[in-house]
Amino acid sequence: MTAFDVAILGAGPAGLSAARAAARSGKSVVLLDDNPAAGGQIWRGNARIAVPSEVRFLSATRVFDLRPGFEIACLPHGTIRAHKLILATGARELFLPFPGWTQPGVLGAGALQALAKSGLPVKGARVLVAGSGPLLLAVAAALRARGARIVGIAEQSPFSRILPLFQRHPSKLPEALALRARLLGVRYWTGVWPVRHEDGQTQLSNGKRISSDYLACGFGLLPNTEAAQLLGCRMDDGFVAVDSRQQTSVEGVYCAGEPTGIGGLKKALEEGERAGAAATGQPVAIRRSHTGGFVRDLAAAFAIRPQLYDLAGPDTILCRCEDVPYSAMAPMREWRNAKLQTRCGMGPCQGRICGPIGAHLFGWKPDGVRPPLFPVPAEALARVETPPGPENDRLDTGHSSNR
Amino acid sequence: MLKILVNNAVVHVPANATVAAALLHAGTAGFRRSVTGAPRGPLCAMGVCMECRVTIDGQPHQLACQTFCREGMEITAP
Repeated sequence: MTAFDVAILGAGPAGLSAARAAARSGKSVVLLDDNPAAGGQIWRGNARIAVPSEVRFLSATRVFDLRPGFEIACLPHGTIRAHKLILATGARELFLPFPGWTQPGVLGAGALQALAKSGLPVKGARVLVAGSGPLLLAVAAALRARGARIVGIAEQSPFSRILPLFQRHPSKLPEALALRARLLGVRYWTGVWPVRHEDGQTQLSNGKRISSDYLACGFGLLPNTEAAQLLGCRMDDGFVAVDSRQQTSVEGVYCAGEPTGIGGLKKALEEGERAGAAATGQPVAIRRSHTGGFVRDLAAAFAIRPQLYDLAGPDTILCRCEDVPYSAMAPMREWRNAKLQTRCGMGPCQGRICGPIGAHLFGWKPDGVRPPLFPVPAEALARVETPPGPENDRLDTGHSSNR
Repeated sequence: MLKILVNNAVVHVPANATVAAALLHAGTAGFRRSVTGAPRGPLCAMGVCMECRVTIDGQPHQLACQTFCREGMEITAP
């Protein structure tokens, strides 16, 4: 078993910033990511912080279990041991179901941007961007710069809710205006959302029907907190609770970036730097962060309106892995019951897509997190050493209070 | 540019392209069939949703969005 002083999960901005800071200590550092290259989603394939040469970087590596001590079970490397852990696991997009959302060509807003950065030519492609949040504008601008034809941007939040964000945070206005300037001539509807999609045609709530090659939609970002929850880290309103040194409630576990609050690149870099320094015993520059207020106001400005929870028809698939329709899930009382009766959330994504849908549409509280974090072949599980005795019980206790 | 095979047809893709990007570029709409037979394509493109699973060089259930194309790679998508 390979042992390191510090293991960092996630090689996006927060993880790379943490790796750079941790490497300065001279301690041994391993950086793991399930993508084939460093950079995370924002810097996909074009990381602006290099992996320090003294850091061991394991790409295309899937962590499927974490145990106290810490033992990191991953594919294809087996078990890695580390004294300290830094969780920089980033965020994913929130998807809300509407009729037709499972058709090929409907995909995440961030997803289409990621694909464009991964070799998909979008020149001349017609793209309708829909959903909520500043990511929509960023994605539209980036795709347009690559030659895509943005046929419209539908933001579900009404203008009257977005405006106060800039009144309270005027420093963010130039950035927003610059983004809008890159989208001159593109229709940007506020208070508008997709109601159905069929064969390349999207019906919007304002009555318009828009044809496109891609419907790129995202309704906000969700933190990836599964690793933190598995370790028993205390959660605070869906995010990983940390102190001013990025330390979680679990001794030796630090967290940085989106899992502590959706705040974007600058926050991720600052938190990564602090976590990397703290985990290696270096002095930590504690700066009174002003990001907290902005994170809250941003969430309020782009809060999902209740109409979006009523778009699915009886036949609309909510769980894409197991093809469970709305009509099968709606009568269930809670998530556990729905899983047992319908198999929703039991497929390969393990509820990462339909779990948040159940939470938003029905108010279902998600289950605690259990290993394996991702589907793995049985032989990989068999190779992981199982510690004997009461330690196994940690999986069944201490998690119920999370979330 | 790299040369790969998508359902036995030759496709030229940029070096550093992921399999997901290459398949979309090649016009492959459905990457897999769902458990009830519906075509599905990538949703998240970041290794979370598992919708982009294809068979690569005979290995089933490979995530197209997290795999780089390699010269001569054979991809099967229904």
